Amino acid sequence: MYQFNYERPKSLADAEALLAKADDPKLLAGGQTLIPTLKQRLAMPSDVIDIGGLKELDFIRAEGDAIMIGAATKHATVANSADVRKHNPALAALAGGIGDPAVRHMGTLGGSIANNDPAADYPAACLALDAKIHTTKRLIEADEFFKGMFETALQDGEIIREVTFPHPEKAAYMKFRNPASRYAMVGVFVSKGPWGIRVAVTGAGQNGVFRVSEMEEALAKNWSPDAVANVKLPAKGMNADLHGSAEYRAHLVTVMAKRAVAAAG
Amino acid sequence: MPVVAMTVNGKPASADVEARMLLVQFIREQLGLTGTHVGCDTSQCGACVVHVDGRAVKSCTMLATQAEGAEILTIEGLAPDGDLHPVQKAFREHHGLQCGFCTPGMIMTAVDMIRRKPDLDEETVREELEGNICRCTGYHNIVKAILAASQEMR
Amino acid sequence: MSDKASGEGIGQPVRRKEDFRFITGNGHYTDDITRPRQTWAYFLRSPHAHARIRAIDTSQAEQAPGVVAIFTGKHVAADKLGGLICGWTVSSKDGTPMKVGPHPILALDTVRYVGDHVAMVVAETLADARAASELIDVDYEPLPATISLDTCQNGNAEQVHPEAPRNTCFEWELGNKPETEAAFAKASRIVKLDLKNNRLIPNAMEPRAALGEYDKGSGIYTLHTTSQNPHVARLVLSAFVGVAPEHKLRVIAPDVGGGFGSKIFIYAEETACVWAAAKVGRPIKWTGDRSEAFLSDAHGRDHLSHAELALDGNGKFLALRVKTIANLGAYLSTFSASVPTYLYGTLLSGQYDIPAIYVEVDGVYTHTAPVDAYRGAGRPEATYLVERMVETAARETGIDPAEIRRRNYIRTFPHQTPVIMNYDAGDYEASLDAAMKAIDYAGFPARKSEAARRGKLRGIGMSSYIEACGLAPSAAVGSLGAGVGLWESAEVRVNPTGNVEVLTGSHSHGQGHETTFAQLVASRLGIPMEQVEIVHGDTDKVQFGMGTYGSRSGAVGMSAIVKALDKVEAKAKKIAAHLMEAAVEDIVFENGTFTVQGTDKSLPWAQLALSAYTAHGFPSADIEPGLKEGAFYDPTNFTFPAGCHICEVEIDPDTGITRIEKFVAVDDFGTIVNPMIVEGQVHGGIAQGIGQALLEHGIYDAESGQLVTGSYMDYCMPRADDLPSFTLGFTKTVCPSNPLGMKGCGEAGAIASPPAIVNAITDALGIRDIEMPATPARVWSAIQAATPRAAAE
Ligand SMILES: Cc1cc2nc3c(=O)[nH]c(=O)nc-3n(C[C@H](O)[C@H](O)[C@H](O)COP(=O)(O)OP(=O)(O)OC[C@H]3O[C@@H](n4cnc5c(N)ncnc54)[C@H](O)[C@@H]3O)c2cc1C
Ligand code: FES
Ligand code: FES
Repeated sequence: MYQFNYERPKSLADAEALLAKADDPKLLAGGQTLIPTLKQRLAMPSDVIDIGGLKELDFIRAEGDAIMIGAATKHATVANSADVRKHNPALAALAGGIGDPAVRHMGTLGGSIANNDPAADYPAACLALDAKIHTTKRLIEADEFFKGMFETALQDGEIIREVTFPHPEKAAYMKFRNPASRYAMVGVFVSKGPWGIRVAVTGAGQNGVFRVSEMEEALAKNWSPDAVANVKLPAKGMNADLHGSAEYRAHLVTVMAKRAVAAAG
Repeated sequence: MPVVAMTVNGKPASADVEARMLLVQFIREQLGLTGTHVGCDTSQCGACVVHVDGRAVKSCTMLATQAEGAEILTIEGLAPDGDLHPVQKAFREHHGLQCGFCTPGMIMTAVDMIRRKPDLDEETVREELEGNICRCTGYHNIVKAILAASQEMR
Repeated sequence: MSDKASGEGIGQPVRRKEDFRFITGNGHYTDDITRPRQTWAYFLRSPHAHARIRAIDTSQAEQAPGVVAIFTGKHVAADKLGGLICGWTVSSKDGTPMKVGPHPILALDTVRYVGDHVAMVVAETLADARAASELIDVDYEPLPATISLDTCQNGNAEQVHPEAPRNTCFEWELGNKPETEAAFAKASRIVKLDLKNNRLIPNAMEPRAALGEYDKGSGIYTLHTTSQNPHVARLVLSAFVGVAPEHKLRVIAPDVGGGFGSKIFIYAEETACVWAAAKVGRPIKWTGDRSEAFLSDAHGRDHLSHAELALDGNGKFLALRVKTIANLGAYLSTFSASVPTYLYGTLLSGQYDIPAIYVEVDGVYTHTAPVDAYRGAGRPEATYLVERMVETAARETGIDPAEIRRRNYIRTFPHQTPVIMNYDAGDYEASLDAAMKAIDYAGFPARKSEAARRGKLRGIGMSSYIEACGLAPSAAVGSLGAGVGLWESAEVRVNPTGNVEVLTGSHSHGQGHETTFAQLVASRLGIPMEQVEIVHGDTDKVQFGMGTYGSRSGAVGMSAIVKALDKVEAKAKKIAAHLMEAAVEDIVFENGTFTVQGTDKSLPWAQLALSAYTAHGFPSADIEPGLKEGAFYDPTNFTFPAGCHICEVEIDPDTGITRIEKFVAVDDFGTIVNPMIVEGQVHGGIAQGIGQALLEHGIYDAESGQLVTGSYMDYCMPRADDLPSFTLGFTKTVCPSNPLGMKGCGEAGAIASPPAIVNAITDALGIRDIEMPATPARVWSAIQAATPRAAAE
């Protein structure tokens, strides 16, 4: 690791101020992505600003027909929240399937979507559930937020405060784990709600999380596993590596979508 | 250099540390508690698992400064009076260790697992061990030991 | 025998003595040791698979904070240190010895694999050393790399070593070629298969580490290191590398976190640490991180083979011929030449009576990390080949897989195979029968159709393996090219108070010697186990030893202890006879008590021990004071553990995921000292075998030579949820070649399981072959290839 200054602001406002002041700052939430990156000397921030402990970012509130989750809420907290389990069990299950128990004790929602790893799980949930991402500066629709591999709409100095997930009528997430890393090799989140029907895919695409309109249309006509079983995705644009070809990943999208629809009921 | 202060195995511990010092380095190098191990550099093997405020965490993926004010429990603190914890006993009884390198992390993970899920079954134990790699045992006896300990602690 | 003693006796599942320190965090691994004024080493490694080093400029790095010294190949050469050696010389068919390229500790003018050692930075902290290493300016001229086994012997392939034309280190053969050809000529069927044995990366959970020290006053060097055989390390470092004379070098292997072969070898890092400790006048510690382990630990397996099996009209095997290309990596490692030759070719007869065998092995260099012994070492490769061939023969002849094995099993012993080995004992059918019963082989068709109703493909596969353990008779290995003898030593020291220290040249890094060896000694002397201490891993304490690998510690290490105990008992009887005024022949030693036959005179062990040291009134010409005996045991033969593993898998055709539903292992290890520990060894071995068959693969980019699977993000380690619980069983034929009748159990699981799994997968899919690891992607592709219409699902 390179040297850096460590700051632990007492409030979100302090964090913003520190962020504005530092040369090349980096926010630290759960550290489950940032610290491995620092250890590999792949990042060299001047200041590491730890917002992991900020109470104002650590909450789950069910209000009306949505759940608001603070950016620094840990995966384990989301997975175990009675409110999330009641209103959005697919989201709770997704959070409970991220990494391993120790990772879930530290990793946060905000860190996950800010990082936008193309194999991460939360981005699929955000996109499929029409989530609203509230930052210190504005509200960003999930559709606008994820901009490709490790790229988001976040600007310098902008901090995610919370994510609002409207309750779905039906939803499920199916993950085919990379055998080695256990991240999503292909993860498919299907949902039906006020926003209509959405199918979001993580892990498979070269540009990160994406929606599959053919599947959404097919499900709009007929909400059943069979409806997506016949929607084949082209291999073009899919990742290919030692764990699987682009064709294999394209195939898995269909399989996982089918299973997700079956699980969603 | 920042000063960090925390409680480790019930005793206060503090030191001037570089901001980049990992919690595992603080535990091993500053405090000389070498029961917590390092088996990888990508946060996957779990040899370094300790409890931070009662929850299992990979101490190689946390800065020492992040643990400011926290209660840390390491393998050395699990049975302070020499009376083994039921999980420690079960690992011995069921031969859940061979070279012993993964063992401290396994035991700390198991204690946390049983706390969260008192009604364990084999499948759940295997899933919950996702973040702990053992090269020696094939997990067979580790799973057996954890199930036995969870029975014992019920 | 007291209750206590029988509870601890041979054959009892005694809980391990060593566990207390590990479960309480009180183990002492190399990295746990810290010395005053200790410095840290970091190795700058080659980013290129092959490059010429035009120049190395360390001037800027030397000025970096905390730097104590920087060493390159020039410094090593200036000190006239030798290079790293291969301790086994293999000769080619034409009689020429293998062609060895030099293996410098730090590269001189060429780097030959990604991770090759270029410079060592010694600094106050590891962070300082690592930061400084980034300031070293190495002027590389990148060169093309030879990576692929398919093409490395082509005339136009880039040369790894000028000494070895066509990158060929040796062209070895074994067996009788004319007889084999003749048998093929009259065969009614010939089964052919091309097989790959995938490259594996050992991944003991404790990364390699070293702490080198030099005491100026005495001139003694001390090296704490993660070694399976500290005495061999000392011998190599003194006699061949020339770090220090043997009597001025102490090597200590404290608690070691797993080895699996990878910690047998003498590597550059520990060598450099102990050598440089004298140069900087301070202790130097190096602890590898996992990424370095991936790059620089010796890898395992990596064979490309073509095999042909000749059968008569009744499914009897007539002959086997094999051509194998074995990857040795960029340099020969400590034992690498022996692994694909004498540990591989000699096992190609399997459990079968095959009248003629002929095998050719080309050992080749590539620009990849050295390849050497990894759990099983040569024997898994042999078993994989034999058991895949037998299974294929069964399918092609339509004979049931169990039946074809039965028809060909060796049934009389001793049995001389056409490939050196002389099997001493075994009952192969007994293991087969027990395994078939345990897995309910007869019920498989019903389970298969039930699975089919759920849309799953179920398959079953077996593997009847044999291995040669108990390495090894010194004369035999010497005649085959070994640079060392493979005996073992032991010393039994009885203290005046009657408790006992046993010094052994074996080394425990998970195998539980502190328990099993103590079981042996305690039951023999009739004392409680807690009165026995097993001492190992320190060249200052144990005079010499060959270490632990090749499942040799029981058969060879414990036999040495038995021999030393025989001597202790003989002397003790002499003392007892003197004390009780009886003839030595009349002394009986049982349950820790010496008695004079036919009288009520007796003497307990503790009293005898004390008397041995008070020595009052000993006839000094006859009886020396003290009670301490040593022995060297040289085995008379290899041992031959064997058995049958059967595996049942279920495949999800949609995803290609293979789940192991049942895994049964029935093994014949001869005498078992501690079944609990033996079962643990089998579990661990099977897990590594499942890893090889389904998950693990060390892959280099064919062009750049970069290690693609350089971390757990891409190298797939078996985790708890990849594996089932295992069902184990044992059969027993006592090994006639050592006093305890033991055969060894450490590698069986890794040897037997891969072909059982691949046989099961190919059975489920109805295909001839699938490459290991049978990842979901590969299985899915195989299904697509076999049934094009399935893709349309
Ligand atoms: C072994 C292991 C396995 C894992 N497996 C999975 C998996 O299966 N699926 C999966 O999805 N993930 C997985 N992860 C990643 C894990 O979910 C991380 O926790 C997550 O990606 C990052 O969250 P964090 O809180 O740890 O963020 P950090 O590491 O602290 O930060 C990550 C990035 O986000 C930025 N950031 C953090 N918070 C904010 C904020 N509020 N506003 C703006 N920017 C912010 C940081 O500056 C940094 O750039 C795994 C991680 C590990 C170590
Ligand atoms: S050392 Fe922490 S996960 Fe491997
Ligand atoms: S006991 Fe050796 S790694 Fe688990």
